[in-house]
Amino acid sequence: MAGSVAIIDSGGANIASLQFALDRLGYSASLTTAPNVIQGADRVILPGVGAAADAMQRLRDGGLVDVIRGLGQPVLGICLGMQLLADASEEEDVDCLGIIPGVARRLPVAEGFPVPNMGWCPVTKTAETQVLDGIDDGSYFYFVHSYALPASAFTLATARHADEFSAVIGRENFVAAQFHPERSSVDGARLLRNFLEPAT
Amino acid sequence: MRDGVVVKGVQFRNHRVVGEIVELAQRYSDEGADELVFYDITASPDGRSVDRAWVSRVAAKIDIPFCVAGGIRSIADAEEVLNKGADKISINTPALEEPGLITRLARRFGTQCVVLGVDSREQDGSYHVYQYTGDPDKTAAAERLTTEWIREALDRGAGEVVLNCMNQDGVRQGYDNEQLRTVRQACTVPLIASGGAGAIEHFRDVFQIADVDGALAASVFHSAEIDIRDLKAYLGSEGIEVRPAGDRRER
Repeated sequence: MAGSVAIIDSGGANIASLQFALDRLGYSASLTTAPNVIQGADRVILPGVGAAADAMQRLRDGGLVDVIRGLGQPVLGICLGMQLLADASEEEDVDCLGIIPGVARRLPVAEGFPVPNMGWCPVTKTAETQVLDGIDDGSYFYFVHSYALPASAFTLATARHADEFSAVIGRENFVAAQFHPERSSVDGARLLRNFLEPAT
Repeated sequence: MRDGVVVKGVQFRNHRVVGEIVELAQRYSDEGADELVFYDITASPDGRSVDRAWVSRVAAKIDIPFCVAGGIRSIADAEEVLNKGADKISINTPALEEPGLITRLARRFGTQCVVLGVDSREQDGSYHVYQYTGDPDKTAAAERLTTEWIREALDRGAGEVVLNCMNQDGVRQGYDNEQLRTVRQACTVPLIASGGAGAIEHFRDVFQIADVDGALAASVFHSAEIDIRDLKAYLGSEGIEVRPAGDRRER
């Protein structure tokens, strides 16, 4: 069991559901912007709800851009947090952290595919990853987003709206999910547990 | 819900108590519900807000998304509900009283958090919006056509629409597929059908005929007449894409 978990406060509401999910798994996570707390945590989660530009501004104001880039422990980005790990987002053309290559694109509007994409979508594994251990291919996760990273060499799983996009990406110690594991029932809980308690 | 317990009425009247909030939330989440919506129907007519302690209790227990409706009149109201763990807030009467509220909520929290609830019924060949529907004595026409109001709300940033078809509410004769189909044309964000579910075929029909993104029901689940697991298995067998109702075994 990992010891301390830090949730980076990137602004926006709706951190409670993540904290409750961690509580259910037996972890008490601190919501923080303090660099030393983030750097000292065994696991770091970068969540995010809201606009990419606001969140990046908040990270810059808090001096957290280089702190996050320099983290060596396992880091999990969730939803907007995943997009923040990328190079940039089309949303107000904002530069992001540049940790995982890619640019978040606006989901295309197409007949039958309302944007934002809100709801449960099946996720297809495209590469081996420990965070998806024990989760059946094609399991459903809960998505709420208007932007997404296209599939790339760093994609670990995909999902489809009008087009295919990255549902899970990873690079070295950084991994990220476009969906909300904290709101994705048993499979979401399993993903969080995989992240917190990796098989040794 | 009213005064902290879950209640259900027929055509927005004669509500009776059906259960404790967290218990019901847990049951539906275990059975495979995709999302829960909590309506505090007493909120707007009384001019007061939802009692919010229960939001945290629900959020602590369940691991599927949920939406809170009732008495959200300001950024501060919405922030409190979202901070306590709700995923979305739904506004209805306050949005009709002050449409700018939709704009402000969407700017502050993102369109995905802002659900527009619309109570609508057919009258003289067109669909009209009603407000203060939590209290039969105060329910009144909002002097707006349903599709026009939805278009305006989407322009202002509503990210989802729950259409409560009042003619059908609680009478279990099926969703108002005709109205929903009409509204679907005007609604480019997720559209959730509400009011009228009485049998599993009604769910199939509303997805197939009205092309809605979700179907909301209360009575048939509260009374256990329809089990969500059976319903999902049926919809799947009818070729409608649904998230399978999982068994809740640990993975």
